[in-house]
Amino acid sequence: MSIEFKITDLHLDVLKEIGNIGSAHAATSLSQLLNRKVDMYVPSVKLVTFDEMFDLAGGADETIVSIFLRIQGDVSGSMFFMLSIDSANHFIKLLTGDESFDFHTMNVSDVGISSMQELGNILSGSYLSALSDFTGLRIHPTVPSLTVDMVGAIISFGLIEISQYSDEVIVIDTEIREEGMGHSDSIKGNFFLLPDPNSYVTIFKSLGVL
Amino acid sequence: MITKTEVVRVGISDLNIVKGNATIRTAGLGSCVGIVLYDDIKKIAGMVHIMLPDSSLDRSARINHAKYADTGIYTLMERLKGEGVRPMSLKAKIAGGAQMFQFGSKDTLRIGPRNVEAVKQQLRRLSIPIIAEDTGGSRGRTIEFNPITSMLSVRTVNAEPKEI
Repeated sequence: MSIEFKITDLHLDVLKEIGNIGSAHAATSLSQLLNRKVDMYVPSVKLVTFDEMFDLAGGADETIVSIFLRIQGDVSGSMFFMLSIDSANHFIKLLTGDESFDFHTMNVSDVGISSMQELGNILSGSYLSALSDFTGLRIHPTVPSLTVDMVGAIISFGLIEISQYSDEVIVIDTEIREEGMGHSDSIKGNFFLLPDPNSYVTIFKSLGVL
Repeated sequence: MITKTEVVRVGISDLNIVKGNATIRTAGLGSCVGIVLYDDIKKIAGMVHIMLPDSSLDRSARINHAKYADTGIYTLMERLKGEGVRPMSLKAKIAGGAQMFQFGSKDTLRIGPRNVEAVKQQLRRLSIPIIAEDTGGSRGRTIEFNPITSMLSVRTVNAEPKEI
């Protein structure tokens, strides 16, 4: 990446910690919302090509439910919360009791859609406010946008700023999963945080590692 | 050599060419545009998956030509010329350029429509006619081109694939 400094292991650890704090808060919010225990896995920080980024989310033309927002303020970047269609259906059934709701067939109700949007608001809000507290930086998220579409079509929009600098992206990836459920029936989702290249300097400076 | 029924995959900011019985495919186009240049007599085709309208936007140390409408289409044409195709016999089919989201910075707002405009401008400049297009809207697309039939199959989520 064409940034004026070399990213070291320390920097990667800092980015990992950012993912840790943000998604831990989001997982807590989700536990409270569902009244169930939600596990959060240690985030991974990777430098990947754009195609590898799509693969992390299931493949470029895999259909997925995504909550996407842009971050503005002292730092800029993209944040995605991505769920498989089965996970999203399961979540909406738990929350609304609407057993017929199905993103596969697009048999969707307004109340189901708005509960999904509310999930997006709560998770991204708690993730980003934790991040803002931790770094002391001003972070203004846009209103989250709920989309059911192909992974490549959704994520590539979040890569536009980065793509002017590089063909690779640093992704902070955290998985959260509802505890103690059968694999197919549990809610499993991934947070992807993609800071824009010029935001690394700001983040590292705020945490005193640059 | 490409064998029967093989599918050549083109990634994002990537290009490739195909002949004979193989098809060429790119997946998950959103605001990006997939451009197919083909010679329907020689049964040879190339595809490029561009992300951005103009290479003047590039801030990297080393430019990836396949990322931009202007350099990507030109590079693809040069690759096809290297295979003995005359530029005069080339035709184009294009798909993508959706507006996936209603927010963004000034660079990203309307990036899909801007990509489509830049692609058309570049094809006009190179005198390559557009035979068919499926552009705009707000849905992602996966496209696959068959150089034998010259047909481009376009798939969107929750809809029957169409051939253009």
